[in-house]
Amino acid sequence: MSDHATSPAIELINVSRRFLTPDGKSMTALRDFSMSVARGEFAAVVGPTGCGKSTTLNLVTGLARPSGGEVRVMGGPVSGIDPRIGFVFQTDALFPWRNVIDNVVAGPMFRGQSREAAYAKARQWLARVNLSGHESKYPHQLSGGMRKRVALAQTFINEPEILLMDEPFSALDVQTRSLMHEELLRLWSAQRASVVFVTHDLEEAIALADKVYVLTAGPATVKAVYQVDLPRPRVVADIRYDPAFIDLSRRIWNDLREEVQIGYQRSEQAA
Amino acid sequence: MSEIMASPQAAKAVFAPGTSDREIEAAAARAALNYRRRVTFWRWAILVLFLAGWEAASTYGVIDEFFYARPSTIAMRLYDWITEGTSEGPLWYHLWVTMEEAMIGFAVGAVAGVLVGIALGRNRMAADIFSIYIKVINSIPRVVLAPIFIMILGLGLASKVALAFVMVFFVVFSNAFQGVREADRAMIANAQILGASQWQLTRSVIVPSAMSWIFASLHVSFGFAIVGAIVGEFVGSRFGIGLLINIAKGSFDSAGMYAAIVIIMVVALAAEYVMTMIENRLAKWRPAPLHETN
Ligand SMILES: Nc1ncnc2c1ncn2[C@@H]1O[C@H](COP(=O)(O)OP(=O)(O)OP(=O)(O)O)[C@@H](O)[C@H]1O
Ligand SMILES: [Mg+2]
Repeated sequence: MSDHATSPAIELINVSRRFLTPDGKSMTALRDFSMSVARGEFAAVVGPTGCGKSTTLNLVTGLARPSGGEVRVMGGPVSGIDPRIGFVFQTDALFPWRNVIDNVVAGPMFRGQSREAAYAKARQWLARVNLSGHESKYPHQLSGGMRKRVALAQTFINEPEILLMDEPFSALDVQTRSLMHEELLRLWSAQRASVVFVTHDLEEAIALADKVYVLTAGPATVKAVYQVDLPRPRVVADIRYDPAFIDLSRRIWNDLREEVQIGYQRSEQAA
Repeated sequence: MSEIMASPQAAKAVFAPGTSDREIEAAAARAALNYRRRVTFWRWAILVLFLAGWEAASTYGVIDEFFYARPSTIAMRLYDWITEGTSEGPLWYHLWVTMEEAMIGFAVGAVAGVLVGIALGRNRMAADIFSIYIKVINSIPRVVLAPIFIMILGLGLASKVALAFVMVFFVVFSNAFQGVREADRAMIANAQILGASQWQLTRSVIVPSAMSWIFASLHVSFGFAIVGAIVGEFVGSRFGIGLLINIAKGSFDSAGMYAAIVIIMVVALAAEYVMTMIENRLAKWRPAPLHETN
């Protein structure tokens, strides 16, 4: 490995992020937030709802800027939207007026690749996510799981070195979700991107990730980091019965539970 | 397909137990056809009943024929106009003049409305600055502009086009603006991360997502363009359907006025039909609404 390649893929150093509330007050979403994701590493982030997980991802994309501290991507500071980043959204972000293949080619076409090359590549990616034969359907004609796979193809076709995922599978049913987990791990191991995967689901986090970040109830800081030393390749559907998995999820849940309760009490007070 | 869904009979047929796929499909197709026939039947039945009632009411003196005319005289007047022309020259020429004014006004107004709507929708500061002026101008009743435009631009085409323009522009503008503002945030972020430049973002995300808003406004505003042209002609012109109405009014010729109205209705209906066809072409990505009309 060259010297340059040894810097972490993502680094957040004492980052803070404040929002102005509609009545003009300042609200802190992130405080003294530090995290580091090595190249090729799969990091999961769990934390109570509203603590600042999406905010963290937005800082990495460059869609938002930190109020304090520093965000570094591939060893350099973030300025604007980085083309090496891919983002899979929690909500449906496909373009409903484009059919499946036109959705998938969007990235390469925006980036100025030739039509033929883009469409050829899109066909490959659709085959990889098992959607061959659905090229000319529109998003509203697909099931939720199929739409998610289109979204994965749309993101992966840009071959991002950094993959950010914001609760990508939370809207799916349990069976489809475990299929998507297998799919994601397969794509990731072929591509070797660095991943930050935000989720509410602790089991999902442990099953997929090398490292699990537990955040505090807002303002979010890193409460604890757990290394997940389960062997790869993993079979996500079976790994949850592994004793090491159970032991780890119990330990992380003890940590997370406190924060969830704090967050819950706060939202009750606010109501 | 949507027709099938829209018809309650079809739903019943689909869930009839103990039939094969083919029978179910045939039953659904039959039910859908049946439904369409019934809709068409009632549409015509209501028209016939209305016209017959009107005719009868005129004949038996329930309403005064002098003011309300009657369908048969109106039809005769239309026939006369079509075969022999009006007192002011051939009907087709008047119709053409009105349509020309309306179409130019519509095209220019719609294009300007869309462009300004998108530009202001993408630029918050400009929108905040100009919104007050747009509100003020929009509050002017368009009809009072007719004499002003005629004074400035003369009796010819230009004043009618200008009137049709102001009728169309604000409707299209406000819908385009709203459509841009409603564009989904996640979708915009997605496009940006996928690599879209500002221009690509506008062209391939903002405009398409505003399209259904824009189309909704085009539907109504073509009617407005015709209104603008006709009001302009009514106030002062040498040709056009509005002139025919004005002349009929001057000679207390109620049949002539209603005949002109019928012509306008037919034209507006045809335009609406064309517009729906174009829209369906462009919007094939949209899921069929639960209750499809037409
Ligand atoms: N644009 C914004 N303006 C003002 N406040 C914001 C904005 N975006 C987020 N916030 C606030 O910042 C906090 C963190 O939001 P964020 O969306 O990061 O939470 P989250 O951890 O992703 O929650 P969830 O798990 O429910 O998605 C919340 O309290 C939210 O109200
Ligand atoms: Mg979130």
